[in-house]
Amino acid sequence: MLAALAAGLLCAAIALIFFYAPVDADQGLSQKIFYFHVPIAFTAYACFGWGAWKALLVLWKRKPGADQESYVAIHQGVIFGALTLITGSIWAKISWGVWWTWSERQLVLFLVLFLFYCAYFMLRFSVEPGPQRENLCAVYALFGVVLIPVSFLAIRLAENFIHPTVFTSRGPQMATSQFATFCVALAAMIALAGTLYRVELLGKRLDARLRELRELLT
Amino acid sequence: MTAYLADVATLARKDLRLELRTRNTVPAMLLFVVAALVVFHFALPAGSSELAAKGLLWVAIVFTALLGLTRAFVAEREQRLIDGLLLAPCDRSAIWLAKSVAVLGFLVVAEVVALPAFALFFSGIDGATVAGVALADLGICAVGTVLAAMAVAGRARELLLPLLFLPLAIPVVVGGVGASVTGHPGRYLGFLALYDAVFAIISWASFEYVVTE
Amino acid sequence: MSVSEKYVAAAYLVVFAFVVVYLAIMALKLTRLEREVGELTELARRRMNG
Repeated sequence: MLAALAAGLLCAAIALIFFYAPVDADQGLSQKIFYFHVPIAFTAYACFGWGAWKALLVLWKRKPGADQESYVAIHQGVIFGALTLITGSIWAKISWGVWWTWSERQLVLFLVLFLFYCAYFMLRFSVEPGPQRENLCAVYALFGVVLIPVSFLAIRLAENFIHPTVFTSRGPQMATSQFATFCVALAAMIALAGTLYRVELLGKRLDARLRELRELLT
Repeated sequence: MTAYLADVATLARKDLRLELRTRNTVPAMLLFVVAALVVFHFALPAGSSELAAKGLLWVAIVFTALLGLTRAFVAEREQRLIDGLLLAPCDRSAIWLAKSVAVLGFLVVAEVVALPAFALFFSGIDGATVAGVALADLGICAVGTVLAAMAVAGRARELLLPLLFLPLAIPVVVGGVGASVTGHPGRYLGFLALYDAVFAIISWASFEYVVTE
Repeated sequence: MSVSEKYVAAAYLVVFAFVVVYLAIMALKLTRLEREVGELTELARRRMNG
């Protein structure tokens, strides 16, 4: 059901982006990337937040499935984070002619978070499965969610002494039609993430159950 | 409260005394930081600003801290002392605080050598830099101790700790370099204090979960 | 197509590619799971009969 919603929203979003939203006066066609790039970024944050919430449940309420849900959520977050970096990089190439710029705060923040959450996987796969691994991963996920605002502040402060910004970035000051399109795109991305999350969780649970069945039979 | 602090003091004293006897970690950190500073001299091309060198000081501090942190729980793990520690009738977070204090001690000793060496090799150190180093040390040790305990639980622990630590060290570097380099150190020192407060609190709260098995 | 249009298309393509790759991985996983279910059903059948 969620998959149908995601598919429908995605199609609607793409249609709106290309047929409805007016072409931006300043940036022209390249502004269309915004409609994907920013929702993907938001979705990544949402995934990390959801992962941290599940991590809290692991530590606090000791809910049995929460560790796996936290892991899958963070996995989704990393995928969408990678997508954010790639689409952001392409957008930078169009707007300013370079594949990477340190003056784009969101991109730099994502790079730091990407590194942090990749290390999450290193951590997870170097510890034997069990309650300790659940605890460690949960604590790390919570550290991550605290790191997000702290890093953002740090990056903002760093701009004062890192290379002077030659490029100015345009925030999305959008007309209403653009904003509506943006909202649909955001909803579409979140629905997509939700669908992928469900699918992946289902796959993992099936795996576990089959393993159990195999042990019972042999 | 006093019992808690007494526990912390006992545990910290154990670590410091162990280090005094075995002299494993601190000499290595001292040598490392001086060697790193020498490498940095060769890494800075002619015409590099004095500011670039100041930035590299912070790199040296972060990696020296990593060296110390990697050794932080090794003794416990190797000799299964961690089980004994956990059986001790003290709050688990006291272990965290004691270990952080011990690592802080080692790091400060290394910096007492590093900062004058830096002044000798490169340029002078001002008060803002020292304040920045002090504040940064607190954050590094607080966060690093928790991460070191995590890393020790897995395989490949020496590899894992830098991966876990470096992203979290980025705000510290920003704060420290900002304090050393710009004309408004206050803002950056304030940021470092914020980082310390926030991460000390969650480190203190979460350490118990990291060491339970 | 102008250069910037090409890049925009590239960006959207990348997103699409990610989703398709993900689908492919899921499909592979499902085929593997189906095979396992088949094996286990066979095992269970043998248990019941033998």
